[in-house]
Amino acid sequence: MLKVSNLHAGIDGNEILQGIDLEIKPGEVHAIMGPNGSGKSTLSSVIAGREDYEVTQGHIDFEGEDLLDLEADERAHKGIFLSFQYPVEIPGVTVTNFLKTAINEMRKAQGLEAMAANVMLKKMREKMALLEMDKGFLSRSLNEGFSGGEKKRNEIFQMAMLEPKLAILDETDSGLDIDALRIVANGVNKLKTSKNAVLVITHYQRLLEYIVPDYVHVLHKGKIVKSGDKNLALELEEKGYDWLKEETTV
Amino acid sequence: MSTEEQLLEEVTGSEYKYGFYTDIEADKAPPGLNEEIIRFISAKKNEPEWMLEWRLDALRKFEKMKEPKWANVQYPEPDLQAISYYSAPKQKKQLDSLDEVDPELLKTFEKLGISLDEQKRLTGVAMDVVVDSVSVKTTFKKTLAEKGIIFCAISEAIQEHPELVKKYLGTVVPKTDNYYAALNSAVFTDGSFCYIPKGVKCPMELSTYFRINEAGTGQFERTLLIADEGSYVSYLEGCTAPMRDENQLHAAVVELIALDDAEIKYSTVQNWYPGDKEGKGGVFNFVTKRGMCERNAKISWTQVETGSAVTWKYPSCILKGENSIGEFYSVAVTNNFQQADTGTKMIHLGKNTKSTIISKGICAGKSNGSYRGLVKIGPRAENARNFSQCDSLLMGSSCGSHTFPYIETQNKSAKVEHEATTSKIGEDQIFYCNQRGIGEEEAIALIVNGYCKDVLNQLPMEFAVEAQKLLAISLEGSVG
Repeated sequence: MLKVSNLHAGIDGNEILQGIDLEIKPGEVHAIMGPNGSGKSTLSSVIAGREDYEVTQGHIDFEGEDLLDLEADERAHKGIFLSFQYPVEIPGVTVTNFLKTAINEMRKAQGLEAMAANVMLKKMREKMALLEMDKGFLSRSLNEGFSGGEKKRNEIFQMAMLEPKLAILDETDSGLDIDALRIVANGVNKLKTSKNAVLVITHYQRLLEYIVPDYVHVLHKGKIVKSGDKNLALELEEKGYDWLKEETTV
Repeated sequence: MSTEEQLLEEVTGSEYKYGFYTDIEADKAPPGLNEEIIRFISAKKNEPEWMLEWRLDALRKFEKMKEPKWANVQYPEPDLQAISYYSAPKQKKQLDSLDEVDPELLKTFEKLGISLDEQKRLTGVAMDVVVDSVSVKTTFKKTLAEKGIIFCAISEAIQEHPELVKKYLGTVVPKTDNYYAALNSAVFTDGSFCYIPKGVKCPMELSTYFRINEAGTGQFERTLLIADEGSYVSYLEGCTAPMRDENQLHAAVVELIALDDAEIKYSTVQNWYPGDKEGKGGVFNFVTKRGMCERNAKISWTQVETGSAVTWKYPSCILKGENSIGEFYSVAVTNNFQQADTGTKMIHLGKNTKSTIISKGICAGKSNGSYRGLVKIGPRAENARNFSQCDSLLMGSSCGSHTFPYIETQNKSAKVEHEATTSKIGEDQIFYCNQRGIGEEEAIALIVNGYCKDVLNQLPMEFAVEAQKLLAISLEGSVG
C-alpha cells in the first residue's frame, strides 16, 4: 500500500529525514517510535503533503502512484488521513459543516454524488457512539475551546467518518487521560479491517498497549535504526532510547 | 447542504461576474450640475413645485460645501460637472405585466440571476428594480396593497403620497448632513419608497436591486422607509454594476423611520464593480444611511460589502426613543486595490437604549479596510448599553486594516464595551483543510464564512447564500 524508499526531506535547508525506507501493507499496524527531534512528525507531514517540507531525494509510492506528485488534498482523496498532533481551530465552522464539506469534496473527487443529509447524520451518530462523544459536539466550532482530549477524539471521529485507507496517528496519545486513551484506541481498533492500515507515531509505549502494532520501527536522527515486533516497544520502554543511540553511533 | 456546494462550484472564474452591458436606448441628461439640470430632472419626472424647490434648496446648500477628506481612503475627486445626472431606459408608459418590459432589460436581470419571473414565482420576494435610476417594475404590489403597505418608486410616491414624503423626507438625513447627501438631495433620480401601516407585519421580504448601467452616469438613489407604530418590515438591497474603465459615482441616501414599537431590518449585499486587478475603474460608493428609532423601536442594519473601488459608508441609528435598539452587522471585504472606510454611528439619546455592533473586515491583495464607528451616549440616555466587536482578517502581507472606534459618553450610567481582534488565515488552517480533502479555494471560503458567521446569520436565507458566494468570488486567488 505505502512504500517509502530512501526518503530525504527537510525544512529551510535542514535535512531532517535522512533516508527512510518503510513498507506498509493492507491490514497492518505499524508504529514509529523515537526520541524528540528524531523526525517522527516530519515523516507524517511529508507523507500528508505539507508544503513547508522539501523532499530532496527518494520516493513515496501509494498504491502504485507517486505521492510526491500530488497536492495534500489530492493525497487525502486517495485515502491518506493524518490525525494531527495539534489540530487547528477554525472559528465559526461547526464540526458538522466541516465534515460535510470534507466528505463531499472527497466524494466529488471520486466522482460520487454528495452524501444525502440523512445518511450523513446517521453515520455521524453511529461514529459518535463508537467514540462515546456527546451530541452537542457537532454544533461546536471546529476545535475551538476544545480540551486536548476532545481535539484528539474529534480527529478520530473525522477518521471514522472519512474511512481512509491509511491513517497516520501523530502523537494521538498526547493530551489524553487514560480513559480517553482507551476510548480512542478502542475506536481505532474497531475501524481496523484487512483492507486499511494504520501508522502510529508515538513517543511512549502506552498507546501501543491498546493499539497493538504488527511492526515497530525506531527512528533516530532521521533514520529507522531498528525494526521489530511489539516486543521492541516494550524493550524501549524499559531501557529508554539511549542504548539504541549508542548502538547506532558505534 | 446545497449552499456550500453551489458556493464551491461557483468559485471558478474570479473575474467580475456582472461585467456586461445592456444595450437599451437611454434617455439621458447632458453632463453637468446646475439649476437648469435640476429643473430638467424635476420636469422629466413631472414633479410638483414643492419637490423642485426642495431640490433647488439642496443644490444651493451643496454649492457652499466642500468634499470631506477625513476618511482613510485615497481617490481622485470625481468631476461632478462631467456626470450626467439623469439616465432612464426609454420607455414611457406604466407597465402592468412583465411581458411589457423591454426584453433586453429582462435579459439583464437574467444575467444578474434575478429574473423577475423567478423571483416572483419562487421566492415570494417583492422587488423594485432600479436600473440607472428609474424604477422599472414593482412586483407584488397587489398583495402588499391589501395590507395597506406602500412599496413603490420614490418618484411615484412623490406623485401619489406627497403627504408622507413631505413629512419624512430629509428628517433623518438633512440636506446639509454632508457633501454627498446634499448632492443626492439635489439630483436624486429614483429609489424606493416604503410605508408599513400601524401594526402591520410585512408578509414578505421587500427587495430592491440597484444597477449602474449607462457609462458616465452616477447613481443617486434615495430610499425612504417608514415603519409606522408596531409594524415590522425586512428590506433587502442588492447592488451590481458593469465593468468600466472610468470610475462611476454612487451617492445614495437611505432614511429609515421606525415609529414606536416598530422594527426594521435592512440588509444590503453590495457588489458594485471594484475595479480591475491594477486598480483601474470601479465604483465610488459614498452612501449615507441612517435610521431613527422612536420608543421601543428597533433598527437592524446588516451589510455585506464586497464591491466598489472606494466605499465610504456608515449605516447609523439614532436611538431617540426610550428602550429603542440599534444593531449593525457588517462584513466588508477588500481585495486588490479596493479601499473601504465603513462602520456605524449609534447615537443614544433615550433612556435604556441598547446597541450592538459586529464588524468583520477582510482584507486581501493591496487593499485597505478601515472600521470607523462612533458610539455616542447623550446626557439623558440613562442606562444606555453598547457592545462593539470589530474583527479584522488579513490575507497576505500587502493589505492594511485599521480600526477607528470613537466613544463619547455624557451619562455616567452608560455601559460601553469594545472588543477587537486581528487575525490571519493561517497556513496551518489551510493545510488542515487540505488534509481532509478540501482544496485551497474551498478552504478559504470555509474559513472566511466561519469568520463572518455572526453577520451572515442575520441575513435572510436567499441573501445569505448570495453573500457566501460573493465572499468566495471576491477573495479568489488571494492566498498564494
